Amino acid sequence: MGVIPGRAISKGVASGEALVSSQPISFLGGVDPLTGVVVDRNHELAGQSVSGRVLVFPHGKGSTVGTYTLYQLAKRGLGPVAIINRVAEPIVAVGAIISGIPLVDKLESDPIATLKSGQMVLVDGNRGIVEVL
Amino acid sequence: MLAGEFGEASSKAMEILVALGKIYGAPRLVRCTSAQISGVSYKNIGDAGADFLWDLAQKGARVRIPSYINPAGMDLNRFEEMRLDHKFIEGQNRILQAYRKMGVNLSLTCAPYQIGVEPHLGEHVAWAESSAVIFANSVLGAMTNRESGVSALCSAITGYTPYYGYHLTSNRVATLLVRVDAELTDPVDYAVLGSYVGRVAGERVVAFRGINPSREDLKALGAALASTGAVALFFVEDVTPEWRLSDKPEVADVSQADLKKEADKLGGSAPSAEVITIGCPHASIEEIGRLARILTNRKLTKPLYVYTSRQVKSQADQLGYTKIIEDAGGKIYCDTCMVVSPIDRMGVSSIEVASAKAAYYSPMMSHVNVRLAPLEKIILEASEAV
Repeated sequence: MGVIPGRAISKGVASGEALVSSQPISFLGGVDPLTGVVVDRNHELAGQSVSGRVLVFPHGKGSTVGTYTLYQLAKRGLGPVAIINRVAEPIVAVGAIISGIPLVDKLESDPIATLKSGQMVLVDGNRGIVEVL
Repeated sequence: MLAGEFGEASSKAMEILVALGKIYGAPRLVRCTSAQISGVSYKNIGDAGADFLWDLAQKGARVRIPSYINPAGMDLNRFEEMRLDHKFIEGQNRILQAYRKMGVNLSLTCAPYQIGVEPHLGEHVAWAESSAVIFANSVLGAMTNRESGVSALCSAITGYTPYYGYHLTSNRVATLLVRVDAELTDPVDYAVLGSYVGRVAGERVVAFRGINPSREDLKALGAALASTGAVALFFVEDVTPEWRLSDKPEVADVSQADLKKEADKLGGSAPSAEVITIGCPHASIEEIGRLARILTNRKLTKPLYVYTSRQVKSQADQLGYTKIIEDAGGKIYCDTCMVVSPIDRMGVSSIEVASAKAAYYSPMMSHVNVRLAPLEKIILEASEAV
């Protein structure tokens, strides 16, 4: 698969194991800021930790306070190392920027269909590309 | 600025605005003259928000344009009376210290247009509080999108905002025309109209025909439109500074019966409640004056809390309104309001309001029951002549 071009939203370069969800994520109430575990019981990632992963999901949702929850997670070293969105929206985009988490969206191929959980993925938020390692 | 010559905080703020510009399809940024920032109450943003603001202030973030903030979760001088716990007071103080360090004016009001912050027709600003956004756009003719707390703060730090949405005259065109055939005699009637129309308007620009609102009425109408809907701009024919209608707008007719039904949804027929709360958005000096006139030579039979800005309160002090209200048994709180203070934790389970915005948000945000009625009716029922 190699390199998939997209759009740069938040700067930085990081790689890690992908965690892919087809559902939007609300960081406020959806992810525990003390552990990084998805606590929204109705979410398909319920019980899994986003920490250290390249988190792949369609877009954020819910309260704008979610921006701060993502920041809190990252400050504790429990945030995702990078984020790939189908189309970024302000809650997660701003959260990623203030936390220094690279974020790329609008990939040439749909990331949710293309990427699989467990794959090693590199996200380059400076150039706006994703690379499957 | 993005490259960092103004420091890390400015660079970060610029990066955020550029990213938001990309997301919303803005070709560039535009200079703005003021910022109004939401995300102030500890009840809303908690420790996560407090940490972020504190870190930003420590990194040297300073505002470059006049910047104002929304109400906090408590009155800065009377928080002991509000029965708040230690953790809440400490968290709230941390947030306020961070804003102060960044040079933000601790205006602590959702209605900056009542303390002399009135941008002119066509002036670009970056405001976040939904009721202030709609007032600035519609009543003053200034230009702002519905900013978030963070994006407004980034505009405060940089002096820029992404150029899209309501910053472009071409987007300031109504696609929903509302023809009103009902008698509206009190601000609360306009609030109910706004609440009703907001539910169908979504994010659209709304044009009203057949009404003749005062400034107080426009404030109530806008706050309600921005609560049940995400409306950022409305026009009233022959009243607001702007009026633009698309070629083929959707037309909606509103009758007295529609408004009666809407009022009932908001607690218009609810039983009388424990506490009266007035000032959502923050009470203007006119509203406090009206309250004082009703309460002259009367005594309240239940608690009355009035919420406003410190500046308006000081005007009320000078004009003698505060004394009349306090002599009748009421209290005027500054810096906060019934929506962003933990009124449920203060032992209150039901409130009476004259605001559709408060009626809409309080059951969700403060877990209290609400009764909605005109100000005069609420006060007369809850007081006796002395």
